[in-house]
Amino acid sequence: MSTTLVVDADSDPMLQRRREIQATATASLGRRKLSSRIAVGVCWVFLGIAIVPLIGVVAYVVAKGLPAWNAAFFTHVTTPEGIPGGGVWNAIVGTAEIGFIATVVAVPIGLTCGLFLSQSEGRIAAAVRFTADVMTGVPSITIGIFGYIAIVRNFGYSGLAGAFAIGIVMLPVIIRAGETAFRGVPFSLNEAALALGARNSTVARRVVVPTALPGTITGVLLAVARGLGETAPLLLTIFGNQYMQWSPTKPQDALPLVIYYNSSQPYADLVQIAWGAALLLMVVVLFLSIGSRVTAALLQREKR
Amino acid sequence: MTDPRPTTPVADAHLAPSTGEVLMGPPAADPVMRLRDVAVAFSGRTAVRDVSFDVGTGEITALIGPSGSGKTTLLRALNRMQDSVKSAKVTGTIMLGDLDVYAPSTDATLLRTRVGMVFQRPNPFPTMSIYDNAVAGLRFNGIRKKSLLDEAAESALVAAALWDSVRDRLKTRASTLSGGEQQRLCIARALAVEPEVLLMDEPTSALDPIATQRIEELVGELKSRVTVVIVTHNMQQAMRVSDRCAFLLMGEDRAGELIEFGPTAKLFSEPSDPRTLDYVNGRFG
Amino acid sequence: MTTVDTPVEPGRGRVRSAMPNGLYRGLLVAVTALFVALVVWYLVSIIVQARPAFSTLGFSWIFAKVWNPEHGKFGLLPFILGTLETTAIAMVLALPIGLGTALALSHLVPHRLRPPLSTTVELLAAVPSVVYGLWGLIVLAPVFRSTVEPFLSSILGWTGLFNGPNDGVGVLLAGVILFVMVLPTMVAISRDVLVVVPNEQVEGATALGATRWQVLRKVVVPGARTGILGAFTLATGRALGETVAVALVIGNSPFIAHSLKAPAATLASLIVNNFGEATGTELSALFGAALVLLVIGVSVNALARVLVRSTDRAGAASVAVA
Repeated sequence: MSTTLVVDADSDPMLQRRREIQATATASLGRRKLSSRIAVGVCWVFLGIAIVPLIGVVAYVVAKGLPAWNAAFFTHVTTPEGIPGGGVWNAIVGTAEIGFIATVVAVPIGLTCGLFLSQSEGRIAAAVRFTADVMTGVPSITIGIFGYIAIVRNFGYSGLAGAFAIGIVMLPVIIRAGETAFRGVPFSLNEAALALGARNSTVARRVVVPTALPGTITGVLLAVARGLGETAPLLLTIFGNQYMQWSPTKPQDALPLVIYYNSSQPYADLVQIAWGAALLLMVVVLFLSIGSRVTAALLQREKR
Repeated sequence: MTDPRPTTPVADAHLAPSTGEVLMGPPAADPVMRLRDVAVAFSGRTAVRDVSFDVGTGEITALIGPSGSGKTTLLRALNRMQDSVKSAKVTGTIMLGDLDVYAPSTDATLLRTRVGMVFQRPNPFPTMSIYDNAVAGLRFNGIRKKSLLDEAAESALVAAALWDSVRDRLKTRASTLSGGEQQRLCIARALAVEPEVLLMDEPTSALDPIATQRIEELVGELKSRVTVVIVTHNMQQAMRVSDRCAFLLMGEDRAGELIEFGPTAKLFSEPSDPRTLDYVNGRFG
Repeated sequence: MTTVDTPVEPGRGRVRSAMPNGLYRGLLVAVTALFVALVVWYLVSIIVQARPAFSTLGFSWIFAKVWNPEHGKFGLLPFILGTLETTAIAMVLALPIGLGTALALSHLVPHRLRPPLSTTVELLAAVPSVVYGLWGLIVLAPVFRSTVEPFLSSILGWTGLFNGPNDGVGVLLAGVILFVMVLPTMVAISRDVLVVVPNEQVEGATALGATRWQVLRKVVVPGARTGILGAFTLATGRALGETVAVALVIGNSPFIAHSLKAPAATLASLIVNNFGEATGTELSALFGAALVLLVIGVSVNALARVLVRSTDRAGAASVAVA
């Protein structure tokens, strides 16, 4: 015979509580379900609000930029307003050169720092790491100012000054991405190499860097995407140049600058150029971003 | 729905395999839950089927069987936790008193105030204090009255054998408790809502032996308050704790089925089905 | 595969050895020190260049109200206010909408759709800010002028925040553009922390009879609140430092704006617009503005990084261009 629940419903406090709880729960059910439905609905609306303008920007840039893409756009240099046939060839060259120089300098330095941080635990390493983190978010115009002070003041406006500034923008991003990638290498691999008698530098060169390559490439591509899209640092360092200038030691032009300066012009053909340049820049940056993800995914799969 | 209870209580009935006759063992007095032909499938693939038994009021019913036999799947169907799994489909009838658990008009949220659940790993809400954890269920259901909250919290914490050790630190974070204490807090949290049935999904498998023992004692003491349905893969625990057992086993079609249901003592000493005998003798786990 | 460098290759006569460990370590340290030195140089440069402004003008000029270089008056208050106002508008919008979106992406959207939608939002963080500026100026400003501003003035005019003509460009547009730009950051990082709230918590709450929203509000969001705060702070840091997009749509007026529709300027837009021709005290004042911006930006970002332990995922979100 099992112990059954107490029958005297009116005096047992537990049963009284149960009744009161059930009563309140039932009474509030409608209200609670309605609130839930409304709140969840609001979240969906917000999702829409978030996606729509973002897609809208891309759509507009494509719609307005594509018409600007013609042969002249890509091969001619800037022409003054009113004169047709202008292009952004000089800006493309500038962007490419500046981006290249910045990458070539920032990547080795950044990855080496990342390697250092991945091997270090102390307070100093923590401070460096924190510094890199904070530097990824610092206002980029201040980096442009730094470029001005350090380079332009002494050597004049030039593509190199721009590369310097862009490199500094990219550096902390590469450092953190590199550190993360290097930390992802299982220590057992290091141990195996060391046990075979290899020196640390060999271990780094032959084990850590190759193993971490996917993550590294991903991070670098993202950093380049970021660097190419930056405008403010360039505004203060390369000055812009409507003529073709192949030498980075002189003032050059760049796509972000073209967009910036032409946006507020009252001349429709210049604005058209701005849209075309915006589309080009956006395509390149998105290509790099998507590329970094695809690389990450592909190489992840390969690892397994 | 017809009541299939035989007119004469049968002291030693078998389960008639898959014929739809549902009662086995001496009938429970006034069952709080009745299961008839319950099956659970995920995307068409059956996980557990042909489950029919009564859960006796004020008893502790254990669902036992080797892993994969569908015990937890079945348990989770009892409070409609399978609702959140899109691919899950529950068929058959589950009655809570005279409420059809799966009727379209039945509200799952409200159901869960009558059928509570304790999970395998303690899951107190980490950002909440002990007190807030204990009354969380009450607050979710719209209860605001401080006196009721306090009363229910204390009563539940006492029942979970936790009151004495936490009464002075109710406002501290729940994460400061040990694993066993956290699980008892989860039990208290479930009890505070004063459910009629408490489902427990292997509540001690993540705990050390001492904490396990304390919870087993605790479960025994809960009988005056709630009916307990407990899933356990530990036969000794089932023997120690339960009044009746439901033995489930995975069939050839990879679906679990109910093999035998009856009083624990009988199931473990003289089971009617040879497979039950094999299991309780440890021939497979 | 690892290879060990052997000292002598037989028959070659050329010794090929790896760098000694000490030298290797020294190299790493040196390059890292180079990075640190670069950062220090950066900070020092700006401080040094800003000093003349402070020695000439004192200290309180930062909070002076008038910026008129022709008359020798330098005050940063209009620009500090402009920076704060535009950022405030952006963040007031970004917090609920970003959090709601992140909740949708982490808990509401059907599982199959989650990766593509999340990726889409994150990729849009990579769109260069100058492109947002162009879009804002050419596409959104006319819409604001013709529709949005009149509408808001009519229903919210009583607040006194919507006086003046409907220009299109101004504080409001800049704030909205900033909002669109920082949204991906807010969403991506919030989503990351919301997703890792253990499912056991969700089940525990559901089993107690909580509704969908109750589970999200009382269990999921609190469980992720530090990360969400970090995401918010990080996004705020971005908004504060944004230059070109704001410069294109804010109207660039050096006066304190008395209405959300009025043109204004931020510290960053001030610098970028005047740097080319500034000389003397004005130039120093601009350096001073840069210093103020630097201090604000570094403080907010440092706070954000304390709240969000930077992961490589946050690194992806840090690609959002300023």
